[in-house]
Amino acid sequence: MQRGEGKAAKPLVFSVALLPFFYLLWAAVFDQLGANPAEALVRSTGDWTLRMLCVVLAVTPLRVLTGYAALARFRRMLGLFVYFYAVLHLLSYSGFDMAFDVADIARDIAKRPFILVGFTAFVLLTSLALTSFNRAIKAMGAKNWQRLHKAVYVVAGLAILHFFWMRAGKNDFAEVAVYAAVLAALLGWRLWRYLAKVAGSGKRSSRI
Amino acid sequence: MLIKTNAQGFVHPVPSEITSRAAYQSRRDLIRLMATGVAGAALSSWAAREAFAQSWTPPGQQAALSRGKTAVSGALSMEKVTAYKDASTYNNFYEFGTDKADPARNAHTLKTSPWTVEIEGLIKRPGRYALEDLLKLSAQEERIYRLRCVEGWSMVIPWVGYSLSELIKKVEPLGSAKYVEFVTLADPKTMPGVGSRVLDWPYVEGLRLDEAMHPLALLAFGMYGEVLPKQSGAPLRLVVPWKYGFKSGKSLVKIRFTDKQPATAWNKAAANEYGFYSNVNPNVDHPRWSQATERRIGEDGLFTKKRKTLLFNGYEAQVGQLYAGMDLKKYF
Repeated sequence: MQRGEGKAAKPLVFSVALLPFFYLLWAAVFDQLGANPAEALVRSTGDWTLRMLCVVLAVTPLRVLTGYAALARFRRMLGLFVYFYAVLHLLSYSGFDMAFDVADIARDIAKRPFILVGFTAFVLLTSLALTSFNRAIKAMGAKNWQRLHKAVYVVAGLAILHFFWMRAGKNDFAEVAVYAAVLAALLGWRLWRYLAKVAGSGKRSSRI
Repeated sequence: MLIKTNAQGFVHPVPSEITSRAAYQSRRDLIRLMATGVAGAALSSWAAREAFAQSWTPPGQQAALSRGKTAVSGALSMEKVTAYKDASTYNNFYEFGTDKADPARNAHTLKTSPWTVEIEGLIKRPGRYALEDLLKLSAQEERIYRLRCVEGWSMVIPWVGYSLSELIKKVEPLGSAKYVEFVTLADPKTMPGVGSRVLDWPYVEGLRLDEAMHPLALLAFGMYGEVLPKQSGAPLRLVVPWKYGFKSGKSLVKIRFTDKQPATAWNKAAANEYGFYSNVNPNVDHPRWSQATERRIGEDGLFTKKRKTLLFNGYEAQVGQLYAGMDLKKYF
């Protein structure tokens, strides 16, 4: 990749990742969200969190499979976009659905445990977002940092459970299945690679 | 009538006491004029909006359906009527898909003519009734009802139809008839959702006979002064305003009188979540969410708190006695 090309790519990816946000903002202001705008905002911010999560988890497999090492540079930014849409999702729920009433939210969580699953994923994502800058990596040490950031796999599991549980009420799992398949493929690829590595090193050591 | 009690419900004025349209309009014009002069443009637009809050005009989407006034107590809500656009694009009608935008998109394939309803079971006069005959069976009335969905949202809809009791009286139930079962259309050729395994098709709903005989239980053929749009359950549907919306079956094809409680669709799908009665009740939560509040579609803004849900959806004065002595937590 040329240096100049790389410079243009980051702002471009940044802008594209912001498009859903600006679309939702436009639709909310001009009343294009249908009969129940609050519900539409809560659901679409959740959808976009999940989509961003799929995108960021696709970076490493794509980099390895295509050999296009420069892709790694987008990982942090895309990860922060997952967090950005997760924050919007949480704000939409607590603001538009619950009018920021903490007692109501507590009662709602007791009634609907899937909200607790989503919130747990949000807390994990917060710890990843807070340690996403270079100085945090230095302070923590690369090993610890990497260990912490593996929590994104847990987030993926919690996110799909959150979505599955939410749709269980309508017995409607078609959409959940699509996201589950994508995430399973992305995580499965990592597992397969890890197992291959373990087996490979095992063989080598037996030869020695 | 000097002392008014809850039991009387909504007391209607005699026709001579109703303000004439012209007088009403001129008063509204005056308010608007004052607002324009005194408080400037901002206040005037607010006044204009308030002035038209309760008025609605037929949307001109379907054939007009003429109807008269109702004499049924509680049958004319004074709350602001939901916009037709919202009422006709935000629907649960799983035969056309589970997303609430699906019915408006997909229901155009429904064939509503010719249409017959089979009325059978424990009655003296069973038979196939053509839609044309059902339309003329009793005088069509306008009823403005609140509609509360089990999912926690609500609307106010002007229906056109007549009390289901009018039909029931015509077919003469036997003494042994205790329940009425409503079977709705399940045509895989015209209804894409019928292929899904979400529910056991056809969609079946039911009422106790005394519930079905209550004058508020409506056999509806239209809304907003026009025949029902297909996504709202054309050509005829049930509207039971004190129960959650799913109790009101759409596109009815069969009405059966039985001595056993009907096995209803949602009850079969999840008996612990959807009871046979499913009366609107803020004190009995759905296992997975609270039923204490609701969002009024098109009215409550993004930052408004949801409004409180009323027992029997606010029709307690009219229907409360149907459930006297019943444990509503047990028979939810």
